[in-house]
Amino acid sequence: MLDQATLQLLRDSLRPLLEGTLQGTIPLTVISFVLGLVLALVIALMRLSPVAPLQAAARAYVSVIRGTPLLLQLFIIYYGLPSLGLTINSFPSAVIAFTLNVGGYASEIVRAAILAVPRGQWEAAATVGMNDATTLRRIVLPQASRVAVPPLSNTLIALVKDTSLASTIQVTELLRKAQEAAAPTYQFFALYSLAAVYYWVICLALSFTQSRLETRLDRYVAV
Amino acid sequence: MTRADKGGPVDLLSVEGLKKSFGDNHVLRGVDLAVPEGSVTVLIGPSGSGKTTVLRSLNALEVPDAGTVRIGDVTVDFSRPVDRGARMRLRAQSGMVFQGHNLFPHLTVLGNVMEGPVVVQRRPREEVRQEAIGLLQRVGLAEKAEQYPYQLSGGQQQRVGIARALAIRPRLMLFDEPTSALDPELVGEVLGVMKDLAADGWTMVVVTHEMRFARQVADQVVFLDGGVVAECGAPAQVLGAPREERTQRFLHRILDPL
Repeated sequence: MLDQATLQLLRDSLRPLLEGTLQGTIPLTVISFVLGLVLALVIALMRLSPVAPLQAAARAYVSVIRGTPLLLQLFIIYYGLPSLGLTINSFPSAVIAFTLNVGGYASEIVRAAILAVPRGQWEAAATVGMNDATTLRRIVLPQASRVAVPPLSNTLIALVKDTSLASTIQVTELLRKAQEAAAPTYQFFALYSLAAVYYWVICLALSFTQSRLETRLDRYVAV
Repeated sequence: MTRADKGGPVDLLSVEGLKKSFGDNHVLRGVDLAVPEGSVTVLIGPSGSGKTTVLRSLNALEVPDAGTVRIGDVTVDFSRPVDRGARMRLRAQSGMVFQGHNLFPHLTVLGNVMEGPVVVQRRPREEVRQEAIGLLQRVGLAEKAEQYPYQLSGGQQQRVGIARALAIRPRLMLFDEPTSALDPELVGEVLGVMKDLAADGWTMVVVTHEMRFARQVADQVVFLDGGVVAECGAPAQVLGAPREERTQRFLHRILDPL
């Protein structure tokens, strides 16, 4: 099955696939995740605000993002918007789509994590003089992050693999590099398997980082 | 400032006509209260009498429907809409100790005490640190400065809560059942610190069921029942020879529960 030629092809593909990972998959993941978290916090705060229209807008946003396929969101931005006169390159299109998607899903995690911090913490912060914004920054978010790390790690790991969808809009990332390497000789099994190993290794590293982070955040609770 | 300086009674805290409802439940039906500077007032009363709501109105954690609260020269009239600035000005006048300590679990003991002065009052960190260590010494916990709240006993946690409240340099200390959640053998160390504060001349308003503390430390005992002040006076009178029948019944239930 793995003859000499296939092995040689795999060896020759190690580097292009690594380039796809470092230039496509990882930047796409990191940028989208960071921007997505910021968006998630905004949406979560809108959901938690006492202002009804803000709540409704946040709820509608989450509903649309969760209720439509990610691939479709990607297509609408890259293939759909040009017909409205708005053309965005493939990489930024992918960043926008993944950011919007992460923002929708993670906002529910952030909201739940904020609600998990007892009301007494808000009150104690108020009695030492803090306003809501300071309380959120200094008291609530640090505690909420402990609750949010495991589910947000899920979101991040899912995002790593979801970035492979960007191959459908011409982004040169890991999967696309594998396709390109396999195409001339139809060695799809070997190259796709190699790509799978790459994804898996990235996710292993993330899981490891997650446990480190959880240990760190657990330092102030009795375990 | 004493009463004599002003040539008349000077109350640090005065409360007039406090009313508060939660839906159909009229928790406060018009509460008046006057607390002279440097005195200790103990609020007692049956469950649901409104004593905690009164206390939480003093720093606007609860926003009453009507009535005024004045601490020093800060007055808030709750019968009109109260903006955030007014709430925060009132709040800055007092420090509060909670029944369930509400320490910040992600900060060390020292971090808890320093948080308000450094982050809110923006005082120099080193100066605040010195003062915070002094406050921890005062509550007997200087050696726990670098520990996290979960590493302390309930009594120690409450004492850190007291230091944290003192650190913002309030004019008035509020205590909301500070010993109710503690194991009996830990109650004494917390009441001891509170007694020291009283001896140092702190103005304190305390919601508690500790009748011995009230008897020994309070200048004034206020008995709340059904959202009004049913009886108010010196501890020897209210606790020793209550005039009102409902005060008598309440004290009887507390002192002789079986």
